[in-house]
Amino acid sequence: MRKTSLRLLCGATALATSLSLVACGGGDKASGNFDGEVKVGILHSRSGTMAISENTVAEAELMAIDEINAKGGVKIGGKKLKIVPVEEDGASDWPTFAEKAKKLIDQDQVSVVFGGWTSASRKAMLPVFEAKDHFLFYPIQYEGQECSKNIFYSGAAPNQQAEPAVDWLLKNKGKDFFLVGSDYVYPRTANTIMKEQLKANGGKVVGEDYLPLGNTEVAPIIAKIKQALPKGGVIVNTLNGDSNVAFFKQMKAAGITPANGYSIMSFSIAEEEIAAIGPEYLEGTYAAWNFFQSLDTPASKEFTKNFKAKYGDKRVTNDPAEAAYMMVYLWAAAAEKAGSVDDNKVREALVGVSFDAPEGKVTVQTNHHVEKRVLIGEVQKDGMFKILEDKGFVKPVAWNQYVPETKGYTCDWTQKRPDAGKYKM
Amino acid sequence: MDLLYDTLFNGLAIGSVLVLAALGLAVVFGLMGVINMAHGELMMLGAYTTFVVQNIFKAVLPEALFPVYILVAIPLAFLVSGLVGLLLEKTVIRRLYGRPLETLLATWGVSLILQQFVRSVSSAFAIGLVLAVAGGLLIPRFTPKRWWHQRWTPLLGTGSWVLSGLIGIVVASLLGEQRTLDQPWFSARNIDVTAPTWLRGSIDVGAVNMPAARLFIIALTALALVAVSWFLQKSVWGIRIRAVTQNRPMSACLGIPTQTVDALTFLIGSGLAGVAGVAVTLLGSVGPNLGGNYIVDCFMVVVLGGVGKLAGTVLAALGIGVLSYIVGSGSLLLVWPAMPEALNGLISFFATTSMAKVLVFALIVVFLQIRPAGLFPQKGRMVEA
Repeated sequence: MRKTSLRLLCGATALATSLSLVACGGGDKASGNFDGEVKVGILHSRSGTMAISENTVAEAELMAIDEINAKGGVKIGGKKLKIVPVEEDGASDWPTFAEKAKKLIDQDQVSVVFGGWTSASRKAMLPVFEAKDHFLFYPIQYEGQECSKNIFYSGAAPNQQAEPAVDWLLKNKGKDFFLVGSDYVYPRTANTIMKEQLKANGGKVVGEDYLPLGNTEVAPIIAKIKQALPKGGVIVNTLNGDSNVAFFKQMKAAGITPANGYSIMSFSIAEEEIAAIGPEYLEGTYAAWNFFQSLDTPASKEFTKNFKAKYGDKRVTNDPAEAAYMMVYLWAAAAEKAGSVDDNKVREALVGVSFDAPEGKVTVQTNHHVEKRVLIGEVQKDGMFKILEDKGFVKPVAWNQYVPETKGYTCDWTQKRPDAGKYKM
Repeated sequence: MDLLYDTLFNGLAIGSVLVLAALGLAVVFGLMGVINMAHGELMMLGAYTTFVVQNIFKAVLPEALFPVYILVAIPLAFLVSGLVGLLLEKTVIRRLYGRPLETLLATWGVSLILQQFVRSVSSAFAIGLVLAVAGGLLIPRFTPKRWWHQRWTPLLGTGSWVLSGLIGIVVASLLGEQRTLDQPWFSARNIDVTAPTWLRGSIDVGAVNMPAARLFIIALTALALVAVSWFLQKSVWGIRIRAVTQNRPMSACLGIPTQTVDALTFLIGSGLAGVAGVAVTLLGSVGPNLGGNYIVDCFMVVVLGGVGKLAGTVLAALGIGVLSYIVGSGSLLLVWPAMPEALNGLISFFATTSMAKVLVFALIVVFLQIRPAGLFPQKGRMVEA
């Protein structure tokens, strides 16, 4: 009896295994009415500490690709090309980003790579793209002071996020600033720029502190803030990742809150991060971005509606997702304008290309950045932003004009000169 | 004077988190000599237990009960982490006693497994896993008796594990077709544990502002310390644990069930990690990587304190807490405003959180040169290394 039951069990297992194999192997996608294919690389961290943020960005890119394909793909010389994404995982590890970028370019022969989040990952990939003279599209707001021929930046440069935010704080909230950031290239560079800007505009830095990435012991920082700003003041937060949770939880416990006269402005907290930290800790703090889910335009609402329909009702859209979404469209438009998907031709065609993005009509500038809308928002109870000020569209500046080392320098890739990436105006 | 109190309180606050986090490790590493790299992940499980308890209170129980959820979470977290620790001991650690390097590698592997488990666990996955484990344990019992004494009997165990593993995978992937069953429970995102309102405010004592969450952690740490030292000093099993630590063969000769003692020690150490996990939800984020933030600090405390001594662990943790607060907040500059320019520059150079950490580590390295066995070295003759 037992023997038979065991045999039965084995049989059932074998049957189930084959069934599941069939289930997994099936599902060949219908190719539709395309005349060909064009491969693009998608390289974000789908695992590790950055996966939380980068998943959304990758999903926004895939959504844009699906939308373009649904409308007939990229149209080059009367031919319809289907965009085929090749996905790779950067695994939150910077050398892995460089290695996977190489693989996408050499092995998969993609036409372009959409990828990266932290500045560290971009800096790791930069030499690969320059050596192979290939093209990377990078969707995150960053510290500026870079202008590569081989990178297209669809996120904000400092003068499209940090600088207007500081101007707004100076005008409305006070002159005494305390700067808190994670200890790596973006916060340090951003704070260097901010210090110069404050010096030039009559503000004062009363303190500055850096926390190692991932560290959660913020008691010394809170003590310093209390010493430096006993009666309230402005705190600019460039912390990244998990440290933010510890920072806001403990700030609230120590009474450093908007209700007690502290104005807190964050540059790395969007809708996604608010949900993870908890809106009750962030209510009343500020953020500067180029897009908020609450932006009340038809394009913005359409984008959020489609995103939720595709990835679930509980999901939120945010600035990096919007920048990632628009850069796929900008690439497709540039390819159609160039009549080719070759990276060199796309690069030349890219300057001047426009797209009706969720934030409004964006246009690519000669320095490979995008003219973007600047918005200042306040966190509400429901985790969304109330837009306090819309500064309209601002042209990007790659080399910062407050920092003495780069003052007077500019970047223009339409110039036929060897130092087009950085030359004196 | 206010500054002194302020420093003491904040030092105590930082130190008590370290004590609580390191206490379980001190028990496991100190008493058993097992380098448990999965200690941080056991903390993480405690934090996730808090999250689950919080959600149950929110969804099922009346709102008036919500403020006490954290008190309910503490024993549950102890239980969950303790049981996972017990499972770990029974399956992995047991085979590796006396081989610290192997335990290091094995438990590090376990820590990665636990992290990935939390990221990807879904209903389908959990059902598959339970089926696989239950099958692996139970299938051999349902085989005919005469199979149990054959030459190939040892293969039976392996075979049944392979078979039940296959069943688990198949069931999980079949159930995974169902969208609702395929939803991850926690996913890789960080989750939000909301402290009850009574732990969100702060109390002013004189000029010192004491956040309630910090006071709660200090009290919890004190309680855990008292409980652990009472257990080790006074209870029968505590005395057995200490006997096995000092001389395993002799204890075994005298009839102490050493295997049970090992399991119990590991269970308590892991359970304490779970309690620490509850505490850290009040301070920081809860995500699969939570453990990694604490594991190095925990080992630092245990090594500095002297392996095997609770008093050393406490003193080391508080010392590190006070020192990193003094250096990191730059409060020396306030005490002595007229200090020479050069010294002033030096102190402000180290007065950021990341530089303070560098300095504290450097001081620990120097200290361990002078006293390699830590603050309180183990005295007496040890039979086992």
